Parts: sequence; structure tokens; C-alpha cells
Amino acid sequence: MTILLLLGVSFIAAAILGFVGDRKFAPEINIVCSLATFVISMALAIQVYYDGSFMAGRKFFFIDAFNVYLVVLTSFVSTTTAVFSRRYMRREREHGRVGHWGMRFYHAMFQLFIFAMFLCLLTNNIGVLWIAMELATLSTVLLVSLYKTPTAIEAAWKYFILCGVGIAQALFGTVLLYFAAEKVLGEGGDALLWTNLSQVSGQLEPTVLQLAFVFLMVGYGTKVGLVPLHNWLPDAHSEGPTPISAVLSGLLLNIALYALVRCKVLVDGSLGTNLAGNIMMGFGILSILVSAFSLLRQKDIKRMFAYSSIEHMGIATFAFGLGGPIATFGALLHMLVHSLTKSSIFFTVGHAAQMHDTQEMSRIRGLIRGNPLVGWGLVLGVMAIVGMPPFGVFTSEFLILTATMKDAPLLTPFLLLGLGVAFAALFRRVQPMVAGHRPPYQHLLKVAHVPVVLHMVLVLVIGLYMPNFLSQWFHMAVELLK
Amino acid sequence: MPISFAAQLNSVLAALILLTAFGLLAQRRIYGLLHLFAWQGLFLSISTAVVGYAAGQHHLYISSILTLALKVIVLPYILHVLIIRLKIQKEVETLVNIPATMLMGIALVIFSYHLTSPIRELSTLVTRSTIAVALATVMLGLLMMITRKHAVTQIIGFLAMENGLFFAATSATYGMPLVVELGVALDILIAAFIFGIFFFHIRTTFDSLDVEQMARLKEED
Repeated sequence: MTILLLLGVSFIAAAILGFVGDRKFAPEINIVCSLATFVISMALAIQVYYDGSFMAGRKFFFIDAFNVYLVVLTSFVSTTTAVFSRRYMRREREHGRVGHWGMRFYHAMFQLFIFAMFLCLLTNNIGVLWIAMELATLSTVLLVSLYKTPTAIEAAWKYFILCGVGIAQALFGTVLLYFAAEKVLGEGGDALLWTNLSQVSGQLEPTVLQLAFVFLMVGYGTKVGLVPLHNWLPDAHSEGPTPISAVLSGLLLNIALYALVRCKVLVDGSLGTNLAGNIMMGFGILSILVSAFSLLRQKDIKRMFAYSSIEHMGIATFAFGLGGPIATFGALLHMLVHSLTKSSIFFTVGHAAQMHDTQEMSRIRGLIRGNPLVGWGLVLGVMAIVGMPPFGVFTSEFLILTATMKDAPLLTPFLLLGLGVAFAALFRRVQPMVAGHRPPYQHLLKVAHVPVVLHMVLVLVIGLYMPNFLSQWFHMAVELLK
Repeated sequence: MPISFAAQLNSVLAALILLTAFGLLAQRRIYGLLHLFAWQGLFLSISTAVVGYAAGQHHLYISSILTLALKVIVLPYILHVLIIRLKIQKEVETLVNIPATMLMGIALVIFSYHLTSPIRELSTLVTRSTIAVALATVMLGLLMMITRKHAVTQIIGFLAMENGLFFAATSATYGMPLVVELGVALDILIAAFIFGIFFFHIRTTFDSLDVEQMARLKEED
């Protein structure tokens, strides 16, 4: 019931916003609907916290500790993004970067995108998971090209084609998985249900699952943005409107990783080895190193933070691949804190770019004097994202590092190198942007305070003192992913 | 119709699907591509119906009708309208090295046979021999998307890939559950509207549908 309400609210919101269009109160409707999904998702989370995982709608939906925390995170970040986008998009509209139809489209697609992500997380059927993932891609393609500049169209085309090709591989992987499942579970929709599959994973044919995982890894790995399948990501995340960059980096990457981890559990259960985990570790380390060195060469601020997202998804993928209770706990926490921090960074970056009418870092100067919230927000956000204590990212990266030293000591230097280079690259760029005098071309503008402050406080609290229910939740999820 | 005859008929249809996939790889005229794509969809639809009959899987008839409607009628019609409105009926793509591309395609077919051999051994279905063809169709679609530079051609490659995936589902497992197949069809339909919008955007921004011109987003040194 709660599940249908959650999906229903976001879907109906999309329809209403498509109808309301460019009217004055459209952003407010967007905020209220997102807030409603947040409240419903909290109710769902409390239900899972007390009663444990459950299925609903004739086993079509499945909720456990792993996906419910992502549901809460998704609804929370989408709410704060809706708050941020109210002022941000209004200014873009006033400056003529988006038209009447653009605004209508923007709001409707934003909610449809949230709906697709909820469906991805809540469904029990791995076929439907694929469909929802494709829907999430399709609903954001035209948002990336919203400004209709040549670079935006190029970025969106690349996103459409590369993710389309990638996700087609994942469908082939799903067909193979179904082929293996059918032998054990018999024909029909039940053979694609994750709960059924995970029960019989030991009986699934290993050779088929091995082959299936290669396709699933390439498919969902493209969506996670793992190197060398990452080409679309920096373009798509930097050319679209900033609220979209925030949800793409903060939420969609998490969802794709979620799909990959669900598949990994099945494959390793069947093989009885850590093959899938090892493949994920390889992709993870490669992503961390390549993106860390790419960070050094960036000139566009949003592009730089897009590369930073690749790095962090690499860390989480690596940790899930490593397995074991500490690494998995670290990976779950990392998904949470990265999402909060990165979306907060994008909020400040969006304001900074509007203040200077450019995304070029060499033209963004004197942010602290121009607007203390934007300046300090960016400084603290970057401190958090590079893993400085006392923020939550430090905790998760520390856990992952400890687990690496214990289980795969030879990989520790590579991990540290990646983290070190990323640290140096980000600070070198951010320091001149925030310090110093205001340049003459800087505008002063009203900014949305609440989202940035809320996200940073949460990341700080998680870093200093993890609430009991959160660690309890993660422990439950770790048990599930063993 | 005895089962062995149905299996043979299905193999012939699989061969025809593969043939159209190679045809797509070499065809230079936009309109020719559209015809080939529609033919591929038709073979796919007949093959699905034949498998449905031979295996007694009646839900495959629905899939077959779905394919017929979507891949033979709706999508080619949408593309046809787009081509007329973009006025690119007579456009001919300059392709270099068709023989080399064809050789690569053949290598991909052999690779697909190699890759799917464990599945063929495990399968007991009448369609098991066509799994490799299905994967090959996916791979050829991918190759087409890599080697071609025209936006419409890339989309046809993408849809041909989708055909291959559908064929794979039919030959490996007698089709996915209906809810999944309907969902995939819906996604393709949404994608069709999106690329339709895109063609016009690309055309107005870049003055042509050649995606080679889109090369502004690069890593600068």
C-alpha cells in the first residue's frame, strides 16, 4: 500500500506538472510532491526497521534494508533538489536559457525520473528493474539537452547512444539469467523474481551466470560510469541544468550500482567464488585511478565534479567487490555520504556558475566575499568529498581502506594514490575560486540556503556520530549481501 | 506442421535475420536501411510465431503481434515520417571500407558462436541453434553504430540491436515474461519519440545529421 502510494505520488506529480506547465506555482508543486514522497518513504523505512524485509503486490515489490535506505535517500535528495531548483530555474528562465515549454518539460520529467528510480529500487523483478533503469535514462536525456546549445545536444546524444548500447548488453545478461533460472524455477514471471533467485542461487548453472555477469557488468557498469565505459558521464553531468547534474550524480549512479550489486550477489552465490567481486574490484580501481588523474586537467567546474563522481562510484564498486562485512558497510555508507555531499556541491556550484555566467573555473573568483554561503559551502563540500575528517566520507573511506589492507593489501597503494591525487587536484582548483577579491563581472544573487546547509550538517553528523538506527540498518543490509 | 519442420523453418528465418543485419551494415541509402529494418522485423515476427506454434507457447503469439505492430509498422512509419520531414530521402552516406566492416562482422558471428556454445549445450529447446545468431545480430547492430556517422543510421543500428535482443529472448527461453516484454516495447516507443525530437535539434543546431560534427566536448590539454 505504502509502496503504491510512493510510486503513485511521483507518477501523478509528473502528470500534474506536465499539465500545470510554466505557471508560477509549478516549482512549489514540485517541492510539495517530493516532500510527500519523502514522508511516505520514511514510513516505509520505519516499517522495515521494525518488521524486517517484506514483499507486496503478489511478490512484485520487495523491500529490505538495502533498498529502503536508498529509497529514503532518493526521496530526500530529490526534495532538496526541488527546493534548490526553484530559484535556480527561475533565474535560468528569466535569462532566457529555458523557454515556456522547457519549464513544463523540466518539471514533468524531473518527477518521472524520480518515479523511475523508485521503481528500480522497489521492484522484485530483475526484468522490470531493467525497464525502469532505461526509463530513468530516457527521462533525463532531454533534460540534459534542455538548453539546446550545441554542446548540450552533443552531450545528450552521447548519453542516449552510449547508455542505450550499454543497457542493451544488460538486457542480454538478464535474458541469460532468466535462461539459467528457468531450469530451476520453471517458466513464467516467478523465475525473474530476485527473492526466488537468491534462494536458489546455488543451483543456477555457473557457466551461464558467468557469461551473464559479463554482460550485466558492461551494461550496468556503463550507467555507473565505470572506466572505461564512462565517456558519456562528464558530458551529460556538465551540460545539463545544475539540479539535473545533482540528481544524476547523487542518485542515478547509486541506483545503477544497486542493480549491479543485486546481480553480483546472485552470480557469486552460484559460482561459489568471488569472480564477480574480483571483476568489480578491477573496474573500481581503474575508475579511481583514471578519474583522479583526469581531475587534474579539468577547466569546467561541473565537469571536474563529474569526474569526482566517477572516482567515488569506483570506490564504492571496489568495496562491494571486496566483500566482507567491513567493506560492504563502508560501501553502503559511502553511497549515502557521497550522494549527500555531491548534490550539495552541485548546488553551490550551480549558484557560483550563475554568479559568474560561466562554468569555467578560471573566471570564477572571490566566492566567499561574493556570497559566504556559496563560498564556504563549496569549501566544506570539497573538504568532505576528498575525505577529510570529521565528515562522513572520511568514515566510509577509512572503513574501506582498513578492509583493503586486511583482505587485499597489494591494492592499498593504488587506492591511496587515487585518493591522494584527487585530494590535490580538487584543492588546487577550489582554493583560488573561493579566496580573494570579487571580480567586477560577478553578480550578487539570492541563493537557496536550506539544501546546502541541511546536506552538510547531515554529512557532518554521520561523520561525528552515527545514529544507532543507521548502523543497525547497514548491519541488516550487510547480512543480506553476504 | 511437424516440430522438425518448424525448427528448420526457424533456422531459415534466423539466417534471413542475420542476412538483413549484414545488409544494414553495407547499405548506404537511408531509405534502403529503413526497408531492410522493416524486413528484419517481419522475419523476427514470423520466427516468434513459428516458435510459439512449435513449442506450444501461446503467449509468444502476443509477442509476435507486438513485434509486427512495433517493428514492422509503427517504428518504420515514424522513421519514414521523420525522413520525409527532414528531407533526407535521397541522402547517401559515404562509407569507407565496406569489405573490412563485413569481415569484422563475420568475425563477430564466429565469436558469437564461440561465446554461446555452453548455452547451446545446456539448452533443450528446439530453438537452441539460433541463440548464436541472436547474439550476432546484437553485435552487428553495435558494429553498425560504431562505424556509421549519420544520426538516423545510428538509431537504426540501435533498433536492430534491440531486434537481436528480442530474438535472443525467444531462442534462449521462449520469450521473457509478458510484463517484461511489454515494458521493453514501451521503452522503445518512448525512445522513438526522443530520437525524433533529437533529429530536429541536431539538424537545427549543426545543419546536418552527421554526428561527426559533434566533437566539441573533449578533454582539453
